[in-house]
Amino acid sequence: MILAFFDSIPAMILLTGILVGVSAALLGSFLVLRGNAMLTDAISHSIVFGIVAVWLLTRHTAGPVQVLGAAMTGVFTVVLSELLARSRLVKMDAAIGLVFPALFAAGVLLISLYARNIHLHVETVLLGEIGFVWLHTVTLGGVRVPVAVLTLAVVLAVNLAFVLILWKELKLATFDPGLAAALGFVPGVLHYAVLTLTSVTAVAAFDAVGAILFIAFVIVPPATAYLLTRRLWLMVLLAVVLSIAACVAGYLLAVRWNVSIAGMMASMTGVGFVLALLFAPGRGLLAQALRYRTERLDHDCRTLVAHLFTHENTPAMAEENTRQALVDHLRWPEARARAAILRAHDRGLIARQAGLLVLRPKGTAEAQAIFGRDGGRR
Amino acid sequence: MTALFDLLSSGIVQTVMLGAAMLGAISGMLGAFAVLRRQSLLGDTLAHAALPGVCLGFLVAGARDLGSILFGAFATGALAALAVMLIVRRTTLKTDAALGVVLSVFFGVGVVLLTYLQAQGGAASAGLATFLFGQAAAILPSDLWIIGGIGLAALALVLAFWKEFELVSFDPDFARAQGLPVTLLEALLTIMVAFAIVAGLQLVGVVLMVALLIAPAAAARQWTRSLAGMVALSSLIGAASGVAGALISASARGLATGPLVVLIATSVVVLSLLLAPGRGLVWQAIRARQARARISDGRVLATLHGLAEAHRDAGYPAEKGMLETALGAMPPAARIASLERRGLIRPVSHPPETTPHWEMTEAGHAEAAALAGEAAGSTRDERP
Repeated sequence: MILAFFDSIPAMILLTGILVGVSAALLGSFLVLRGNAMLTDAISHSIVFGIVAVWLLTRHTAGPVQVLGAAMTGVFTVVLSELLARSRLVKMDAAIGLVFPALFAAGVLLISLYARNIHLHVETVLLGEIGFVWLHTVTLGGVRVPVAVLTLAVVLAVNLAFVLILWKELKLATFDPGLAAALGFVPGVLHYAVLTLTSVTAVAAFDAVGAILFIAFVIVPPATAYLLTRRLWLMVLLAVVLSIAACVAGYLLAVRWNVSIAGMMASMTGVGFVLALLFAPGRGLLAQALRYRTERLDHDCRTLVAHLFTHENTPAMAEENTRQALVDHLRWPEARARAAILRAHDRGLIARQAGLLVLRPKGTAEAQAIFGRDGGRR
Repeated sequence: MTALFDLLSSGIVQTVMLGAAMLGAISGMLGAFAVLRRQSLLGDTLAHAALPGVCLGFLVAGARDLGSILFGAFATGALAALAVMLIVRRTTLKTDAALGVVLSVFFGVGVVLLTYLQAQGGAASAGLATFLFGQAAAILPSDLWIIGGIGLAALALVLAFWKEFELVSFDPDFARAQGLPVTLLEALLTIMVAFAIVAGLQLVGVVLMVALLIAPAAAARQWTRSLAGMVALSSLIGAASGVAGALISASARGLATGPLVVLIATSVVVLSLLLAPGRGLVWQAIRARQARARISDGRVLATLHGLAEAHRDAGYPAEKGMLETALGAMPPAARIASLERRGLIRPVSHPPETTPHWEMTEAGHAEAAALAGEAAGSTRDERP
């Protein structure tokens, strides 16, 4: 049973994707909340240099020392960018944009010069090769397990332990760094711990999804979850669920259309984001548009009632209390006037009488509420 | 030497060099505005977002047609900019999250399209990968017209709206108060960033484009304080990096142009950060050292002056230990030597003691009084 599972190539590919997705989403939630999402961009690009450098030094890419060594480049990028910004010669955004492309460029050149024809191919850097993870395996207790799966499982365990054990501290440091510092929780150290783990995860995920698609796994599911909830635990949980869903959907579609699996998984996280952006209950674009419509209609109703009330029982009533007056005097388009009248009618505010719009008792009461107790009548 | 001459006189190399120079200059010119408006990371997002456009352009044209590929890149880049704006305005997500989401999702779609095109086969689709890391050698003579057209359009836009762009870049609030259509101008500047990216794609590719946008501008910023100077210098650095990268890439087999251009531009930045007159790190260090020396000298003079006044003896020989006690620690020997050289203090012997002693000269007293006067002058307001 277990053997069959680890021998199944699709199962291994999916498992790799899910391990990457879950590890990344756990950390990404805190990065997105702290406003450091683009540091992931810097980290995931610059670890390419670390991976190549470590490979040139040790001729291995797997193993704890190699992963940690390569991950140091990611943290180094962030430190260097912050130092550069602190010199005040360039702004922070430009500092980030100067450091990581330089490291990435150096990494790509080193691959072209010294590491050609090994599995560190230049395009792998970008696209990953999740389809081939089952090629490199180790035997563990009689079961052949892909190296990537083993590494990523360890990384996931570390990330999960980190988030669960330091949950309270992370929450405090994310939402109120000042208070966390005052209480002695050293938010700076926690921040760097999150960044270090992100680097380690990026290095471990590099083989599977490449340097750039990794960003999608870190940022997009947590950002999607953030659109859906305001509770931290639910956000992290949703992010994990969303990335698993994206991995499964992405794998199925990629196999169907014979395209990059990692690319399709990243695209699927995007589909999730767009859906949440449009349909998130209460906050999505659709809900926003509906709320805007309802509020405008309600406002039009109040204007209509006030208009009728002002001219009620005056000589101008025959002219003013008609739909045409709304179009001519208030300059409402036909459709808007019709919609407002219908709405006010439905709510029992007005009625039609002999071609005129007249207020019903409920409408009079609403107009009096708008104008004040005496109704503001002359 | 003759090899270099042969290389330079070959038609292909001339095309590549001209193309690389124009592409670098366009990106450098427009990057200056992106850096000033702190939109460097938006540039990174738009650059990555150009990948699906490159593939779509290829898909529609059915061949490597530069015009349609660049148009596709521009279209998806502009779409990405709109998406970022929509997310920032309509949700509570922070700008960096919006940038990250758009960057990674657009790039993911681009990778899907790329692998789809490669699976479809066709020898030409292999050329698509050059848009990942750039390949200046792939520039054809016919491409030069398109590149030149983009350059002229960008230049015309910058010159036509120079005053407005200057104001919006440095003080958007004031620009709004003056009644300028700031949102429109900002949109135009963002579109120009997309333009710059489209221009640089062939040279450095989508992944490293951000460096060609930022590095020349960041380097130029160190040397000048005027916008015109910065834009001009930035174009120059961009063009020079482009040509140098293209030449090295053409002479060494199998090296992508992008990483070379980026590393060259980055070394220009490093040099500028270190050496730029008045602003660079080396100059900062020299200034800090001079300030430290001035303060140290002033303390020595003030101490000796004080001792002389306390003992009513202008030539009072102060002992080394006294200076140590007064200053906390003895100043470096080089500082003492410098004071002696300037004729402000003079070493004297004070038998029977054998330790070193110093007394103040006339000039030293005058200098100490002047320093004290300065200090007193700065607190004059507090006096009645």
